[in-house]
Amino acid sequence: MRWGLHLGVVAGLLSLNWVLGAYAQGNVARIMVLATYAMGYNVAFGYTGLLSLGHAMFFAAGMYGLGIPMYHFGLPAEAAFVVALGCGAGLGLGVALLALRTIGVGFMIVTLMFAQATYLCILYFAGWTRGDEGFVLPQAARTLFGLPLSDPDIRYLAAWALFSVTLCLTLWLATRPFGRVLVAIRENEDRAALLGYRTWARKVAAVTLSATISAAAGAGYALLFGNTGSTFATVQYSILPLLWVLLGGAGTVIGPLIGTAFMFYLIDWASDVTTAYMALAGAVLVALTLFAPGGIAGWIRSRLWRGLP
Amino acid sequence: MEFGPHLMLALIEGAVMSAVLALMASGLALVFGVMRVVNVAHGEFYMLGAVVAWFVATQVGGGPAVAFVAALVIAPLAVGGFAALIDMTILSRIGYDPERTIVATIGLLYILQQGTLMAFGPDARPVQAPFDARIDLPWVERVDGAWALYWPWGLHVTAYKLFVIAAAVAILTALWLAMRRSRAGLMMRATQWDAETAQAFGVNTGRVQAGVFGLGCGLAALAGVLIVPIQQAHYLMGGEALLSSFIVVIIGGLGSLGGTLVAAIVIGMADGILSVFFSPIVARIVATLAVAMVLVFRPAGLFGTRRA
Repeated sequence: MRWGLHLGVVAGLLSLNWVLGAYAQGNVARIMVLATYAMGYNVAFGYTGLLSLGHAMFFAAGMYGLGIPMYHFGLPAEAAFVVALGCGAGLGLGVALLALRTIGVGFMIVTLMFAQATYLCILYFAGWTRGDEGFVLPQAARTLFGLPLSDPDIRYLAAWALFSVTLCLTLWLATRPFGRVLVAIRENEDRAALLGYRTWARKVAAVTLSATISAAAGAGYALLFGNTGSTFATVQYSILPLLWVLLGGAGTVIGPLIGTAFMFYLIDWASDVTTAYMALAGAVLVALTLFAPGGIAGWIRSRLWRGLP
Repeated sequence: MEFGPHLMLALIEGAVMSAVLALMASGLALVFGVMRVVNVAHGEFYMLGAVVAWFVATQVGGGPAVAFVAALVIAPLAVGGFAALIDMTILSRIGYDPERTIVATIGLLYILQQGTLMAFGPDARPVQAPFDARIDLPWVERVDGAWALYWPWGLHVTAYKLFVIAAAVAILTALWLAMRRSRAGLMMRATQWDAETAQAFGVNTGRVQAGVFGLGCGLAALAGVLIVPIQQAHYLMGGEALLSSFIVVIIGGLGSLGGTLVAAIVIGMADGILSVFFSPIVARIVATLAVAMVLVFRPAGLFGTRRA
């Protein structure tokens, strides 16, 4: 039943490739990559209860971890992707070891500060990163196993593969004992520790995994859409996954996708009307905290299906 | 200019920074101290203070001095009242849960910032200083074996900057006296110490919390009004101010007003001096990382004492 629903979503997204028009196909590819980022955020925030305001640094670590080796050293995309994952995991582990010494509000501010320092470093090393503008990965280099990623179909399928692997990984994790212990830490860390679980090690593992998935999304974004830029390291890109996860349903496997897609189209619609479209994102955040702290999938879980992972 | 006069200029800039930062950060520290919540939208109330000051100054005739005084009175009251209203309609309804408050104030940040963009446009708007006297500053040099005063070219300070420093000192002294001596201050301290017991003694903690939130945001708005003749009002000015006041509040020990003041002076001065002599971006990277490390290794801040 669980696997049925999620594999159904995966299959549905795959079949959309041959249904959608060119414009919608590009949008859904982007949503799937961003939803991967949201799923990474969800591992730390939704399952482990760690409210980070600095995940943009992991997204950026993936983006530049892939982009710089490809752009400056001509590394093939496959190898650069591995480098990007390594950058994300390394940064995630380092940040986890330091930031997890604090709890609650302290953790939020420390992650925010680390992300701000990362953003400033990207601006400072403008010789490598080209700062604000970022650089464009040459189209000839953007191939995966010989397939050109500038082709819309292949790009969609690559985004789908990244999304599906992450979805299955988080679903598997959520139903394993490891995921259960993370939820126990979220609900009451003292009791989890009392039961004999080494909560510190598991929190470090959760943040590192979350950072690695976020970096995979950042690398995927750079590879599939060809551009990088310091905007992706700003606070806004730390807050967006929080918004997507909260809207879709924190601590659910399918929630990040729902939240990302919903918000993507809402902002797409709002930016036609006004340049101040982030006001809408703000209003959604306030409304969610006031009226629906569980998000959409949280609502489904409480009303329709209690076993939703 | 030589090193000495240059340093003096940097010190004056630093003192102005410290004054504004102290006002803003004490508002943030007050809210955190009494209500135990972090107001991420604090920077936007600073921005609103500046924008409302511009609006009031353009509406009120009678010369820059009258317009500025009107702005100085109206803007903090309007912004503070608005903040108290937000507290009653949003924050009190989520029970001041720390994490949900953060999420809600992030939402508020975007609503206020982007709302200002819609209403006010993306341009920076100036407000004229109430007086534009300029005071030349002397420096000493050795002439024929004796010290003599001279007035180097470029070494001067506007009287308005000195006014900002004096105003900040006056306001913070008044705040400190009000917290220590007045009945309202007693209620705030009681709520900070133990909200439930305070309530049992007949303190209307709901009203105190709305008042504290309004007061804290009003202080940010006041800082915004004071800075606007130096820096122009702009809808994005809240972001950097928020980060600086976070830094000050953390270094000062979360929620302690005295520590916050010391930290504001240290950080403001350091910022003024570093940005004159070093690349500002390196100074900011070092400052941000240093603050993160302080929080990691000394969670009670450098001047704070750990309290249960």
